[in-house]
Amino acid sequence: MSNSYETIDVSQQGKLGLIALNRPKVLNAINRTMVSELLAAMEGFESDSSVKAIVLSGNGRAFAAGADIDEMANDHAIDFELRNQFKDWDRLAMIKKPIIGAVQGFALGGGFELALCCDLLYAAENAEFGFPEVNLGVMPGAGGTQRLTKLVGKTKAMEWLFTGKRITAREALHHGIVNQLIAEELLLEETMKAAEQISSQAPIAIRLIKEAVLKAVDTPLNEGMEFERKNFYLLFSTEDQKEGMNAFIEKRRPQFKGK
Amino acid sequence: MFETVKYEVTNGVAWITLNRPDKLNAFTEQLNKEVQQSVKQASRDKEVRCLVITGEGRAFCSGQDLQGVNEEMDHGEILRRFYNPMVMEIHRCEKPIIAAVNGVAAGAGMSLALACDFRLLSDKANFFEAFIHVGLVPDAGNLYFLPKLIGHAKAMELAVLGEKINAEEAKELGLATKVIPMEQWQAEITAFAEKVASMPTAAIAVIKKNLKASWESTLEDSLERDAQGQRIAGLTLDHKEGVAAFMQKRKPVFQGK
Repeated sequence: MSNSYETIDVSQQGKLGLIALNRPKVLNAINRTMVSELLAAMEGFESDSSVKAIVLSGNGRAFAAGADIDEMANDHAIDFELRNQFKDWDRLAMIKKPIIGAVQGFALGGGFELALCCDLLYAAENAEFGFPEVNLGVMPGAGGTQRLTKLVGKTKAMEWLFTGKRITAREALHHGIVNQLIAEELLLEETMKAAEQISSQAPIAIRLIKEAVLKAVDTPLNEGMEFERKNFYLLFSTEDQKEGMNAFIEKRRPQFKGK
Repeated sequence: MFETVKYEVTNGVAWITLNRPDKLNAFTEQLNKEVQQSVKQASRDKEVRCLVITGEGRAFCSGQDLQGVNEEMDHGEILRRFYNPMVMEIHRCEKPIIAAVNGVAAGAGMSLALACDFRLLSDKANFFEAFIHVGLVPDAGNLYFLPKLIGHAKAMELAVLGEKINAEEAKELGLATKVIPMEQWQAEITAFAEKVASMPTAAIAVIKKNLKASWESTLEDSLERDAQGQRIAGLTLDHKEGVAAFMQKRKPVFQGK
């Protein structure tokens, strides 16, 4: 895939689609161009059957230090409404392939919200998360209050959103925001290993698992159970299910085809 | 650029000298801040591969300057605002830090020495947990570092009984890497610091990080950290140089990269 983007680096390595936020001079501050490019790259990978998982990282010292404040400082409420500012964000959340995030340095404000859109998060020991919006007299607008609360519960979400306090990598691990802490030097290398492991699984199983887990976040249990069951049944129409179970019985490694 | 600290870099070593000799280098807000800033500066300076913190005159550091201390003071706030950031800056530093304890290290002055990686003591030096004598408790990380360095029982004795510990006693407790006679002091601490600065300091950074983390880790986590640390060290030029020098039977020249 060619890299014709202004604010992100996009490439493919084996079964992995790689996206790196690439405005290192401004600590990858997220502007509207970046969000629409991110979405374009993600949707590109979504429709490319050779890509099984997406790795999202940030070039330079930070993952993303927040939204581009200059861009919105003079906006009015109706500007946002008419622009439908967050529609690209909504579509980002609908990507069906697994998204694995690698966070070093700051993931603040919009950067934190972007990290929260990932399915798995690996963080360098120097990573710092936070929602400093309150210090500017506003609040998160791209899912911060909703996703963080669903992830860690009301108690900590309220504290972090009220104070704008930085969340250290260790706290983030403790509260289940990130999956694992990794030495900064090895962050991308280890994240890629984890992503490769996932990309070697049966892709349709991964896809339906992602769908079911996201369903669990805001569905009553009985509905979620029904949903899970249908996805479970559905997987028995795949070749990979036959292959997986035969390989198990024959005590060999399965060769999944994504069919 | 600093008023209460002398800062200079020589042969890869950043020398941070507390410089209020007429007050036995007692801490003021300014001194706290300048120690913090100078450690930060040394951390960022690529030329620096080792730090030394020492005191001008006959004391290392006599702790909080009691002038300016009054009954209305909120001791907790002073720690939060001035001491804790200083100790955290030292703790975060990836480069080896040597406390060259030239004289008395009392109260928070002792805490400062405890936060460092090595303690070189002059034979005139002593440690003094002065806090209890004025009805206070050891602070600025003192009670965190002390039991890790000398064990819970001895830490309790020092903190509660508050007896002066001379250099030889400190050595026996494990609080001194070395005790150095005053006549050879400057030459020996310089030699020690410059030796450390010429070591594979990228590997030292990993050792420091993993040792610190070991206090709050399971064996499983530590083993994973070993694997990551060794991967990082295995990619350094110093590792290549060390192996090459060994094969060629010569002395390695490490660059800390």
